[in-house]
Amino acid sequence: MAEGVVSEAAAALVELRDATKSYGAVRALRDGNLALRPGEVRALVGENGAGKSTLVKVLGGVVRRDSGDMLVDGQSVDFHSPHDARDAGIAVIYQEPTLFPDLSIAENVVMGYHPLGSFKRIDRGAMNGQVQGLLDRLGVKLDPERPVRGLSIADQQIVEIAKALSFDARVLIMDEPTAALSGAEVERLFAVVRTLREHGAAVLFISHRLEEVFTICDTVTVMRDGAVVQDARIADMTPDEMVRRMVGRELSTLFPKQDTAIGAPVLKVHRLTCEGVFVDISFSVHAGEIVALAGLVGAGRSEVARAIFGIDKPDAGHVEIDGRRLPAGKPLTAMRAGIGFVPEDRRQQGLVMDLSIARNATMTRMRALSRLGIIGSGAENRLAREWATRLRLKFHRLENPVRFLSGGNQQKVVLAKWLATEPKVLILDEPTRGIDVGTKAEVHRLMSELASHGLAVLMISSELPEVLGMADRVLVMHEGRLTAELSRADADEESVIRAATGHVGEVAA
Amino acid sequence: MQPDTAASASTAATPGTTDAPAQRLADRARAAVGRWEALLVALILATFIFGQSVSSEFLSADSFTTGSLDLSEVALMALALTLVIVAAEIDLSVASVLALSSALMAALWNQGLPLEFIMPICLVAGALCGAFNGWLVTGLGLPSLAVTIGTLALFRGLAYVVIGDESVTDFPATWTDRGFGNFAGTFVPNTMVLFAILAVAFGVLLHATPFGRSVYAIGANEEAAHFAGLRVKRVKMTLFVLAGTVAALAGIVISLRNSTAAANVGLGFELTAITAVLLGGVSIFGGRGTIVGVILALFLLGAIQKAILLSETISSYWVQIVTGALLVGSVLGPNLAARVTEARRRRPPQRPKEGPR
Repeated sequence: MAEGVVSEAAAALVELRDATKSYGAVRALRDGNLALRPGEVRALVGENGAGKSTLVKVLGGVVRRDSGDMLVDGQSVDFHSPHDARDAGIAVIYQEPTLFPDLSIAENVVMGYHPLGSFKRIDRGAMNGQVQGLLDRLGVKLDPERPVRGLSIADQQIVEIAKALSFDARVLIMDEPTAALSGAEVERLFAVVRTLREHGAAVLFISHRLEEVFTICDTVTVMRDGAVVQDARIADMTPDEMVRRMVGRELSTLFPKQDTAIGAPVLKVHRLTCEGVFVDISFSVHAGEIVALAGLVGAGRSEVARAIFGIDKPDAGHVEIDGRRLPAGKPLTAMRAGIGFVPEDRRQQGLVMDLSIARNATMTRMRALSRLGIIGSGAENRLAREWATRLRLKFHRLENPVRFLSGGNQQKVVLAKWLATEPKVLILDEPTRGIDVGTKAEVHRLMSELASHGLAVLMISSELPEVLGMADRVLVMHEGRLTAELSRADADEESVIRAATGHVGEVAA
Repeated sequence: MQPDTAASASTAATPGTTDAPAQRLADRARAAVGRWEALLVALILATFIFGQSVSSEFLSADSFTTGSLDLSEVALMALALTLVIVAAEIDLSVASVLALSSALMAALWNQGLPLEFIMPICLVAGALCGAFNGWLVTGLGLPSLAVTIGTLALFRGLAYVVIGDESVTDFPATWTDRGFGNFAGTFVPNTMVLFAILAVAFGVLLHATPFGRSVYAIGANEEAAHFAGLRVKRVKMTLFVLAGTVAALAGIVISLRNSTAAANVGLGFELTAITAVLLGGVSIFGGRGTIVGVILALFLLGAIQKAILLSETISSYWVQIVTGALLVGSVLGPNLAARVTEARRRRPPQRPKEGPR
């Protein structure tokens, strides 16, 4: 792995000393100590709400620290805007790229700094040449002249990185860059990061996936409750230790699936096909069983889930619940038949962010809560409070918009919404993506508990440890087809990855 | 306030999460919404004082009667429009449906049909107009702004096809008296009683039924609403049908009240109605607003109109200037408030206070 590139003696490119940041009475950041040296890839880990984003915002000039020092090349600085940070050579690359879809890659990269020819015309040749040079430096094959629209998230991130390099960024901060990437894409991103490291840049890498941290990073900063609690070399850490530092307590196991009696089939998917997306998908999920749907991002797993729940109408095939066939494309009927669906995109599909916790949690039960067509906020709050307590939701008031909850707590509201319908089948699409380790363990425990009460669970997950830890059975999809069905005993990393990549013997990631 | 569970949950919240500052921001936002209705009440009172200073007739039963009569149709349409706009859609065709309803009334009356028979037909026609809008929006997935700009012209055109530039003025006095008259010897016009009934109905529908909950959810995030099993298209279709039906009802009201049915009635009413809805605190982006706010806004608009019309020195053009300024202010106000709040939040506190730990 990465060795010896970092020298402790090298002067830090950027350094934070005892930085603090409060929002009113809440101290979002204290003891903010962090140094990034040339050629260093540093991980920033911590649960959601641990203060990572505040620290990143301080470094990126989005918010100003209340106290403490910030040094760039040993000189004390004060950023008033993201622009200042950029001028100092610090670039932040967010999870969701912010590019102009209809402009070309080159135009996006040089936006605001176009090379100009005579009469201040944009010199297209120079622009494309310059951007081609940057892309070559990153070792990726992308045509600078093609529009950004249609590029994968992974490619868009590369464009963002090229953009950062175009103004000579020496410090790159990547906020969960791998969350939406498939295994191969992650590998390519890591290659780019290694290239940057060789060129003497410093990278701050934020991720919830510990295996990635151990693959790519040299050093790690662990945060908990707004403070930096550890700064160590990766070589001196173990994953268990890191998790312990993050949560401040022992986690016996992350994936506590109990063995339960498997009952009769509840959900049956029969030859479901959606042209160009997935073909001939048949499987069943039994009561008390957790079935994982594994595969790479883009293999069509989420689309299958959407078709089962009736968000999309399949071209052929059908879905049965308890032997009764569901009409296609009718979410309400699917819901009434006993399907619950926790979608992939929590913020856009799972919740109405501006509505209150109570309204979101009871959205699926409005009719049951109303008497003579009138719905009382009392009944609404009672049901919401009941579920909030059962799922150990951390909240201030049920009337507050869910927008203000942390990612993990938001996911609990989505779960509450569906568990309140007392479903027979629960479909969970990436149930723990982007949520903190503690809540993740709670979600896993909950899934296991629900299954032991006879719920049939279909879980889509891109995290192999989650798949292998939770599932009684693993279905693997590759390019829209089911390529493997593995029992708990047969499923291991290699067999799943083989089926997911569709290349027997060739293992990605 | 909240029972114990919430309190214990909040103390259990990890310090350092974004909950707490965001929390106060939310409380402030909510307080601001509460203040919005309070602001409208204050403006109404200010208008009362202004109106009374302009003319001693202002605070009289008579001026309430005439002032509210003038706003009857706009008020009715604003109720249905409130729901449409909360669902993040818009219906600009309501005044044209009103005209089509009036024209239809005239044409059928000329055919010799009794009014008792004509009026339901007009309502059905309005519902069909709304359904047509709804089908273009939900069935074909077109944006309601474009669709209803189109049907604004289309329905008005149909109104002229139906009756030409004729007008009918010979409706029976029993009905025109009802349109123009007051309720059971009071100074409250019948049309306002009708408005009050519909206001309660729409208020309950929006604020206390699963349907109303769906309207808010759809307005705030249509995709999430769909994923929660809400029937987005059906709800929107219902809203457009309601808007069309109420507009047709307003067409009947205006014809009886003025004893005149024609194709050119209610020109520009859709904009006044939308003004009232937005002034009432309904977000043009959907997901936010109350019927009470819209009722207050209608009251304010009516009071301003009456005050200016009663004044002998102020030109009646000022009605438009003042309502225009209020509308801009109603959009600007919350934005400015949010910005001030945000700026205050960003400024580091002079002396960092210790949070409860």
